[in-house]
Amino acid sequence: MPSARSSMLDRAPSETPSDMDAKPRPVEFRGAGFMPSTGRASGWIALALVIALWQLAGSAGWVNPLFLPPPSAIAVATYKLAMSGALWQHLGWSVMRIGVGWLLGTVAGVIVGFAIGLSTLARGVGITFISALFPIPKIALLPLLILWLGIGEEPKIATIALGVFFSTAISVYSGVDAVPRNLIRMAQSFNVPFHAIVRRVIWPGALPSILAGFRITASVALLLVVSAEMIGAQYGIGAFVLQAGNLMQTDQLLAGVVILSLFGLAVGKLINLLEARLLHWR
Amino acid sequence: MDLIADHISHRFDTLDVLDDVSFTVRAGEVVAIVGPSGCGKSTLLSILGGLLRPTGGAAKLRGAPPKDSLNPLTFVFQDFALLPWCTVEENVAFPLQHTALDVAERRAVVEDALRRTGLSDFRGTYPKQLSGGMRQRVGIARALAVKPAILLMDEPLSALDSQTRELLMEDFVRLLADGAMGAVYVTHNLEEAVRLADRILVLSRRPGRIRKVVQVAMTRSERGDRNVREKLLALQEELWSLIREEAIDAEREVQHA
Repeated sequence: MPSARSSMLDRAPSETPSDMDAKPRPVEFRGAGFMPSTGRASGWIALALVIALWQLAGSAGWVNPLFLPPPSAIAVATYKLAMSGALWQHLGWSVMRIGVGWLLGTVAGVIVGFAIGLSTLARGVGITFISALFPIPKIALLPLLILWLGIGEEPKIATIALGVFFSTAISVYSGVDAVPRNLIRMAQSFNVPFHAIVRRVIWPGALPSILAGFRITASVALLLVVSAEMIGAQYGIGAFVLQAGNLMQTDQLLAGVVILSLFGLAVGKLINLLEARLLHWR
Repeated sequence: MDLIADHISHRFDTLDVLDDVSFTVRAGEVVAIVGPSGCGKSTLLSILGGLLRPTGGAAKLRGAPPKDSLNPLTFVFQDFALLPWCTVEENVAFPLQHTALDVAERRAVVEDALRRTGLSDFRGTYPKQLSGGMRQRVGIARALAVKPAILLMDEPLSALDSQTRELLMEDFVRLLADGAMGAVYVTHNLEEAVRLADRILVLSRRPGRIRKVVQVAMTRSERGDRNVREKLLALQEELWSLIREEAIDAEREVQHA
């Protein structure tokens, strides 16, 4: 039935009977899903369950503790290592190697990355070399570096620095490339000098990418320190894990792995803090 | 100070963008540049402001800029070009950091620019917290802070909704009222052109040439009056009839990039 307010824009009245008398029904909701939220509780519960199951498997004798010691044994081994001071000695060496290597690689990477991002000549030369050398697994260079630098700390630190350098350089120049051109043109339009554009526009603009690069290089450094220590070191978490394995002390071996995991987590948290502080404007 | 486009031509590789464009923007004058999309309006503005080197001709200045001008040719950008990591106040102060002004003078200039654009209460906010209109106000405050002789405005309202556009247009009318600042106002919006400009240059389709120069024989304050609205609409119609055919062609053009 045509409505009383029909106008010339309305369609011609239909032949079908009016829907006015029918009962209204709700429009079916179909917008659910595709929005996973980060519930923390479920993650912790799952972790606790896995550890409990692992403990149960060990205590009940389902698995041979020589191959997979229960979490309690790992905790005891970690505690003993901490009390004896061995843990701190090994950790201290690893942290020193990572710290020095990472810092050297990062400083060099940032400088080279900025040069590639800002200069045509550096870009031509730099990208060629980085493309050629980046794919080399840096640990493969350790024997060569030992020949060059001796058997002390230098080759291990150099290996870490090299691994960190390439990733950093790439993330820095991609970050510089990603700084919106319009911001640079804006600064130029106000006659802001080159060094100030670099410091006040390009550096903060590239920082998100640089910090994302830190996340990668931190794990690269951890990987390389463990590998280098396994190849030739008396102290260090990598050396410790290898020795424990050779002696079938799996509880100690896994204690070392737990320490590494905690160290990685701590570095990740540190970078989170840094991001929250430096990138609060995002 | 006058700004002169002296036989400017430009080509990007094989693409001719501008062809022998000449005109003069006199001190305090507002010149709008309109034309179909892709006619080289923004390219022309970049050349006028020294951000792009033309392949032919030159942009020139005649006469001295006002004494206190820190940046005689100052851009207002379509996308605002605000530093996202700086607050409103820091964004406005950004171009002043490398001038001879001392800290107190700088603060006074920023204060004045914030007040003139109604941003005083927003000095500590970050761009992402602001609406589009407020962001462009920051862009305008930043431009005012350097006391330009000529504002180079590249579609300053085209990223905004129509209500915000209306409000900002009123701001522009107010800011340009005393004739202390001239402006080159690039737009595809003919209403903006007839509301703000003393003179409107109609560019042809690529390569952009000056097709017609339309004088708007009314003061900007008169144009707010109801009675002249019809005159302005007629002018807008005239401009549209000049551009329409080419706008259709421009829209149907396939990019060969």
